[in-house]
Amino acid sequence: MIPHVLNVVLFLPLIGMAAVLLARRSDNAARWTGLITSLLTFVVSLELFFSYDAANPAMQFVEKVSWISALNVSYHVGLDGISMLLVVLTTFLTPIVLISSWNSIAKQVPAYVALMLLLETAMIGVFSSLDTFLFYVFWEMILVPMYFIIGIWGGKERIYATVKFFIYTMVGSLLMLIAIIWLGYYASTLPGGEFTTDIIKLFDIAPTIPLDIQSWMFAAFALSFLIKVPAFPLHTWLPDAHVQAPTGGSVILAGVLLKMGTYGLIRFNLQFFPQASLEFASFLSALGVVGIIYGALVSMVQKDVKKLVAYSSVSHMGFILLGIFGVTVEGLQGGLIQMINHGLSTGALFLLVGMIYDRRHTRMIADFGGLARQIPVFSTFFMIVTLSSIGLPGLNGFVGEFLVLLGSFNSPVLDSPWYVIFAATGVVFAAVYMLWMFQRVVFGVSRSEENKKLTDLTTREIGLLLPVILFIVWIGVYPFTFLQKSEPTIQRVVEKLEQVQRGELLSTTVSDQ
Amino acid sequence: MHQYVGLIVLFPLIGLFINGLFGRKIKNEKLIGSIGSGAVGLSFLVAIGIFVEMLGMPAEERGSVVTLFTWIAAGSFKVSAAYQIDQLSIFMTLVVTGVGFLIHVYSIGYMHGDRGFWRFFTYLNLFIFAMLNLVLADNYLLMFLGWEGVGLCSYLLIGFWYDKKFDGVGITWTGDAGNKAFWVNRIGDFAFMIGMFLIFKEFGSLTFNEVMGGAENLAVGNSNVFWITLLLFIGATGKSAQIPLFIWLPDAMAGPTPVSALIHAATMVTAGVYMVARNSALYALAPDTMMVVAVVGALTAIMAASIGIAQNDIKKVLAYSTVSQLGYMFLALGVGAFTAGIFHVMTHAFFKACLFLGSGSVIHAMHEEQDIRHMGGLKKVMPKTYWTFLISSFAIAGFPPLAGFFSKDEILWKAFADGSGVLWAIGALAALMTAFYMLRMVTLTFEGEPRWAADKHPHESPSSMTIPLIVLAALAVVGGFIGVPAVLGGGNAIHQWLHPVFAQAEKTMALPEHHNHALEYALMAISVAIAISGAWFGYRMFKKDPEADGRISSKLGFIYNLLSNKYYVDEGYDGAIVQPVVKTSDRFLFGFFDVRIIDGIVNGSASLTAWVSRLMRTAQSGVVQNYAALIVVGTLIVLGLIIIG
Repeated sequence: MIPHVLNVVLFLPLIGMAAVLLARRSDNAARWTGLITSLLTFVVSLELFFSYDAANPAMQFVEKVSWISALNVSYHVGLDGISMLLVVLTTFLTPIVLISSWNSIAKQVPAYVALMLLLETAMIGVFSSLDTFLFYVFWEMILVPMYFIIGIWGGKERIYATVKFFIYTMVGSLLMLIAIIWLGYYASTLPGGEFTTDIIKLFDIAPTIPLDIQSWMFAAFALSFLIKVPAFPLHTWLPDAHVQAPTGGSVILAGVLLKMGTYGLIRFNLQFFPQASLEFASFLSALGVVGIIYGALVSMVQKDVKKLVAYSSVSHMGFILLGIFGVTVEGLQGGLIQMINHGLSTGALFLLVGMIYDRRHTRMIADFGGLARQIPVFSTFFMIVTLSSIGLPGLNGFVGEFLVLLGSFNSPVLDSPWYVIFAATGVVFAAVYMLWMFQRVVFGVSRSEENKKLTDLTTREIGLLLPVILFIVWIGVYPFTFLQKSEPTIQRVVEKLEQVQRGELLSTTVSDQ
Repeated sequence: MHQYVGLIVLFPLIGLFINGLFGRKIKNEKLIGSIGSGAVGLSFLVAIGIFVEMLGMPAEERGSVVTLFTWIAAGSFKVSAAYQIDQLSIFMTLVVTGVGFLIHVYSIGYMHGDRGFWRFFTYLNLFIFAMLNLVLADNYLLMFLGWEGVGLCSYLLIGFWYDKKFDGVGITWTGDAGNKAFWVNRIGDFAFMIGMFLIFKEFGSLTFNEVMGGAENLAVGNSNVFWITLLLFIGATGKSAQIPLFIWLPDAMAGPTPVSALIHAATMVTAGVYMVARNSALYALAPDTMMVVAVVGALTAIMAASIGIAQNDIKKVLAYSTVSQLGYMFLALGVGAFTAGIFHVMTHAFFKACLFLGSGSVIHAMHEEQDIRHMGGLKKVMPKTYWTFLISSFAIAGFPPLAGFFSKDEILWKAFADGSGVLWAIGALAALMTAFYMLRMVTLTFEGEPRWAADKHPHESPSSMTIPLIVLAALAVVGGFIGVPAVLGGGNAIHQWLHPVFAQAEKTMALPEHHNHALEYALMAISVAIAISGAWFGYRMFKKDPEADGRISSKLGFIYNLLSNKYYVDEGYDGAIVQPVVKTSDRFLFGFFDVRIIDGIVNGSASLTAWVSRLMRTAQSGVVQNYAALIVVGTLIVLGLIIIG
């Protein structure tokens, strides 16, 4: 047992960042410091996974220190089954990203490593915050490193992309800030109440808000999260950000940052505003379904592999949205495992695209062909990840998609099979856009002499892909390892909504007034 | 013994890991081939062990379930990795591993010298692994894993020679044909998935035993069961290449020939038949679906047989023949003759595997030539291939007492007795065409004078290839004897064996017993007459004139073109669905909506902000007099408002 283990996980990357910035010896020293720090963080975070007690309904690994006492704001962190898995996903992906950037990031290496570590702390902070104010701080903190990662190490149009990313996100989060303040104020208007940003307290207080105001609160949070997911039609920042971002940025963006949106929807929208959630469930599920189909169709006609993967994210994240707002245990469990799956599969796809880009300096489908002969090891990895992405049973993607569809099909909230019938066409389209791209890139014969010079994956590259593949198979064959950790938490979330639906948990305090 | 069922699945898994991870280093073809074949051979032996053990048990004790571990569980949903051993699953396992083993052995010879030798055996083992999961699964989801798994192997093996060109509608490379197979199957799988969701909603479980148990309490004509069975059947039309999703199978011939034999003839494509049979208790509750199944089967049988007449690629003829024979199997299922359908799965596996492997032997000998118009006279140079091919052709044509006669005749008889005269007539007509196109192919390939170029030196294939041919031909001869009907004095062993599996369905359907032996004899006689006359026409016409096609096409130009172009179905799908979807996605969704509308609004609001800011900036001129003037104006306005207000 490590004391204050969550604090250690949260701040270890920050210490690593300080070390990188202060020492400023050489690029290699920065790389190694970053790698060792992130690996250490991952190892420590395993403690979170293994000693997390799924049977215990309370938040675990809780740390609480008063911060701004006038507003009752505190540094308050802790994990439940949902956030714990996402924290471990973050600590798992960060070292992989740092290894992947080993050679491809050549300028200002210490700055890059430092920003990545700052990003890691901020991401873990988002998932583990139990205080709305703290959450907001971490949420906004993400923007800074990401802005620079795209803006400094990105492609030709990086400035346009990074500003677009920044502004899109800011528009949403400003409304969220207003909602956070209003929530605290609302708590103070209750009999014996006081201004609070404590999420645990708000779990009980927020659901009592009258439905009309609750809907506005819901909308303010939802807009911010839907932009992050990104849900159709708020997604256009994503393809630009991905195409311009360096590989590591893309992996983190797809792997973790998008999940902050879906995580927020569960944590805040479902748990704070159950009544409004039920009101909006059909609309948001429909948005998810449109995203699934729209993302897939647009993905199909892309000419740039990276842009194709970016649009496929819109499609995949649509499944998660559908799973969340079907409000069933199966669907939410599926949605959560799908968040992890998408982090692994899409993360790996971006890694692979990055590897080929490092060699050929192009990502255009038309420039490739015949890679299977030229670089068989790369092609094999690419195949496995592609299959994971299209939801082949036995690999991870299937488990998430299946549970989401199964759950929402039988959802009493949605109460219609049509959401799932339309959503499931995404499974067909996914096979179309991924395998069509794969055929043109990997099979056939080379369409350019340049490809003849391609070299196959290095040991370093194989080494960073293998752990991802391991979990792709693991979750596909034995998802129970992960599902069991989050099941009780998800069950409580769903139970609460079911109570509200049955009219048992209606805002009692309001009727008292 | 049944507790070792896991071993059946495990051996191919081990084989695929050894060859997949180390095959490239092993290099030794003999060793790689032995590992691949040996793995399947061992599975076959374990399956025989279990089968023998079951034979020794009373019929009602033969079923059992072996649970390995919980696979997916969330909320009220739970499925395990569990295998169900019963008369049906062990029967399919024996066919899959038995025929599979022979085809593995054959592949050692056929794939000799191929740079992807190890990869080929890896994929083949993966296929056997997936196929065994499909037939042994005790629940829909694990079956679906096998179902999609065999689809993956099909995809990988169709595109095995990924840098080889292949001709088809919208197809340039073999990989395109692989994609087509995967996509069309995914459409079927989509329906399968929805079917599963509906099953879970109706029965609260995805385990076969629980679902069939629940089905006992349902009335015939239940609307949910109608949708479930229909959706599952749509899934089957994908995997088993029936109308409207049959289009992928002919193009699947882009793969190496052993693949065509194993996956696209003997085993995988019969998965749909197996799946429907597995759900016989549900189908019995849905007479409407049964009707759909029978009609689709009959129409597919005759449509594909008619196309088969006008094909010149030896593998294409066999491919359409397979589609047609699968149609027979569904016709059987649709009229409630589940045993007959499964019986035909087995006999078809024998003779069609033999035919495909025989065609492989020919293609091998002819240096990759596949056009039967450029063959002829091969009888003398490759006698083993010729005789096995001929025997299997007679078997598929329905010559008594070969395997195909018994299974096909039973289907036709049941189609007449429990279906309708029309279904029988369609089946009989398709049988006539079958006999015709088979003997046309045999004659053009093996008989007459050589029509190949002088630089080709055809020769008989090595024994690793001819021995499997001989074994399969022998099975095509004797395989039918497990299903000799009572009117011919047989005990119909396969009926006895499978009876417990279909008992529930038969009870629900309550089909009348048929005792009109005279009618049964008469229909049988017609079948035989059809087989002989079709074969004779096929032989005579093309023996006399190998270019008889040319004469026919000049007389019946329109019909011949329609058949040789496969009724233009591919072109129709391409024009009606594929192109519109791709173009709309590209031009409207992406080009217009995403780029112009959404990003137009985003960038527009940015420009608007910038424009407003520029406007405002002019006020910030830095000239103090201007500021003072503005203050005065502002104050006056405020004062004015106060006074007015």
